[in-house]
Amino acid sequence: MDAVFLSRLQFALTIAFHYIFPPLTIGMGVVLVWLEGSHLRTGKAIYDTAARFWTKIFALNFAIGVATGIVMEFQFGTNWATYSRFVGDVFGSALAAEGIFAFFLESGFLAVLVFGWDRVGPRMHFFSTLMVALGSIFSSVWIVVANSWQQTPAGHHIVPVIRDGVEVMKDGAPLMRAEIVDFWAMVFNPSTVHRLVHVWIGAFIMGAFFVMSISAWYLLKRRHEEFARRSFDGALVLATVASLAALVSGHFQADSVYEHQPAKMAAFEGHFETGPADMSLFGIPDAESETVRMNIAVPGGLSMLLFQDPNATVVGLDRFREEDRPPLGPSFASYHVMISLGMLFIGLTLLSSFLRWRGKLYEQRWLLWVFVFAVILPVVSNELGWVAAEVGRQPWIVHPPVEWTANGDVVVGPSGVVEYDETLGLRTLDAVSPTVRASQVLGSIIGFGLIYLGLAAVWVFVLDRKIKHGPTPHEDSGSGGPKGLLGAVKERASESGRMTGNPQSAES
Amino acid sequence: MSYEALSVTWFLLLGVLLAGYAVLDGFDLGVGILHPFVPKTDHERRLSMNSIGPLWDGNEVWLVTFGGALFAAFPHAYATVFSGFYTAFMLLLLALISRAVSLEFRSKVQSPGWRRFWDWAFFAGSALATLLFGVATGNAMLGIPLDAEGNFHGTVLDQLTPYPILVGLLTLTLFAMHGGLFLYLKTEGEFQKRLRDWMWRSWGLFLVLFMFTTVATILWIPRATANFEQHPWAAGFALVAMLAVANIPRSLYNGGTGQAFASSCVLILSLVGLFGAALFPNLVTASNEVAHSVTIWNGASSQKTLWIMLIIAMIGMPFVLTYSAVIYWAFRGKTKIGEHSY
Repeated sequence: MDAVFLSRLQFALTIAFHYIFPPLTIGMGVVLVWLEGSHLRTGKAIYDTAARFWTKIFALNFAIGVATGIVMEFQFGTNWATYSRFVGDVFGSALAAEGIFAFFLESGFLAVLVFGWDRVGPRMHFFSTLMVALGSIFSSVWIVVANSWQQTPAGHHIVPVIRDGVEVMKDGAPLMRAEIVDFWAMVFNPSTVHRLVHVWIGAFIMGAFFVMSISAWYLLKRRHEEFARRSFDGALVLATVASLAALVSGHFQADSVYEHQPAKMAAFEGHFETGPADMSLFGIPDAESETVRMNIAVPGGLSMLLFQDPNATVVGLDRFREEDRPPLGPSFASYHVMISLGMLFIGLTLLSSFLRWRGKLYEQRWLLWVFVFAVILPVVSNELGWVAAEVGRQPWIVHPPVEWTANGDVVVGPSGVVEYDETLGLRTLDAVSPTVRASQVLGSIIGFGLIYLGLAAVWVFVLDRKIKHGPTPHEDSGSGGPKGLLGAVKERASESGRMTGNPQSAES
Repeated sequence: MSYEALSVTWFLLLGVLLAGYAVLDGFDLGVGILHPFVPKTDHERRLSMNSIGPLWDGNEVWLVTFGGALFAAFPHAYATVFSGFYTAFMLLLLALISRAVSLEFRSKVQSPGWRRFWDWAFFAGSALATLLFGVATGNAMLGIPLDAEGNFHGTVLDQLTPYPILVGLLTLTLFAMHGGLFLYLKTEGEFQKRLRDWMWRSWGLFLVLFMFTTVATILWIPRATANFEQHPWAAGFALVAMLAVANIPRSLYNGGTGQAFASSCVLILSLVGLFGAALFPNLVTASNEVAHSVTIWNGASSQKTLWIMLIIAMIGMPFVLTYSAVIYWAFRGKTKIGEHSY
């Protein structure tokens, strides 16, 4: 195991764990804004109760998201120093913008959201909730901009590095780096908008399923039913719309991927020979024999999807050198499972919406049980979407451009395969820190692995307690104050039995 | 703006972000360092954690933004420092994670064992992070050997020499004092009284270590003082630092803890100023070969990027400062444990 492999493994593990939380935050942020807005509009206490309950869950998710998020920012430098030097001028700007515009906003107003219920008025509180939701959305903007630039670089040029007036040489060739030429072209590079929309939709689906899961459990246990029904209703609308939107957005994204990263699309579909392409519904791709085993496919499906013509030519993996192809198995599997889950979400939410419309949803106990556990699925599909995007980009960390001929084929060299301009991209193999040793990375992987396993366990444990504890109608005035805190605690504990700091039930 | 002016501007802005981080997260790290020593009851421990409850996360963003800005403005330095100090950064990450989650988890469950575990995680994370910041500062002052490409090939043990360890301990006492002063402002009664002793103790320890560090810097790091000969005004930082150190006991004696805390903020700002003045124009000093140093001249991003980032900062920072001030104002006054506390 070398430092490159281990660094990739570490990045994959840490980002996969981290990425459970940001979509939950983004998705639940929308739900919180809706609940608090409804409370302000209607004045109904049930919305207030709901907003307070979901805020606690939100805060827990947010805390782990923050704690695991710093790891990501540091790892670019610790493990991927060569990459950092290559992309810093471009990628760093997006990251710094994320800090200034997004992180300060969300973490600052989070304080008011979580701790400020009794300190600010309801309007100010609603405004804070809105800012936190906006902050988490802003943050997704900048990180997706940066990542999209790696997929479809634009708005930059690649120039030799000059230090103290001299060109820096490395292994006999000038050392190069990317520099911004046109900031907005970099921000709106060809894949930014499609990918960002898809990421948001994924987050909304996850947030909505998370709320529906907990609400369904309450409905099954016949607890907090009024609260649970309202939460479920709102989340179901969000989930239904978002699931349908994911299909449309996914379609546009597939077009964009094919245009800029045809090798990625070919790996997704296990499409080996350039020509009309099928759309595989199930199969096991085999890189050696260049076939998909046990393939169940729609003939001409991929050609149809991309060109609305079942006989249209689609570039296959045969147009790429073996070392320029993405790993086939993981690309194919992640892409297919993600899409299957997306279809499942559409079916599940449409069915539930129909039943809800007929007023029969909450009698279908089996369906509620499905929703209790279905929360796992959007987590999986969100993760797999990123696996597909990142593994499909390999062997590049910054993907070089692909040129097309007038009749819809890629421009190939004399040997019949695409000859990427190596200077315009960066291979993952070349991107790792030159000084970091495999043993160091192994050590940090073990460290992160242990800590994250512990975190995951504690998260589930605390979440479970919060859910079992459930929402409680809000009573006015905090404890403490001149009459002494212990006295106040005793007084309130006897009437509500749920006061924080009370020895019998100390959940907050 | 010229490329040179932009590079210097970004050096200064990074200094502002670092100083902001040190002053703000400094007190909440300090609260963590004092956590096993000052609060005695469960209620006091909760007060200690909740004094920084709404603030620590926003404070930590200064570090995140400092990291992002270093990456963007001086990618070469970012790559050298982060990969060169690999093990230290991994330990820092583990420390920051354990701090963050211990605040969130501790009071969620009543069991004493559970709470004791997270109390210790909070302390260990805070103390380790502080120590690492100090050690990193010490190494930055001292310089590290770099090859021609600006890479550091040593191990974490090479970075644990006496001078960095001295600066690490100095930082521990500094933040403990800073956190103690902050906590004093947020508490009352018996708990507050107990803090008084700790403020004096940490101030005394800090003073001793501060003198040692000053002597060690002058003796061991001649380069650090070279800038002061060329730019005598930079010595103003030293003067302000000394006045601030002296004003802390004066204010404490007169009962002006608010002023003592303000002095401690000024002290930290001027220490960061001293650090920047000693470093300039280097970002990473090569101890073996001057020409290998990563400086603001050879490590910067392009002129265009520095300019774009400056615009971003000028748009963003006024907002950040405004709502940070509003939020600090909203959470002013003594800490109380309520329904929404940790």
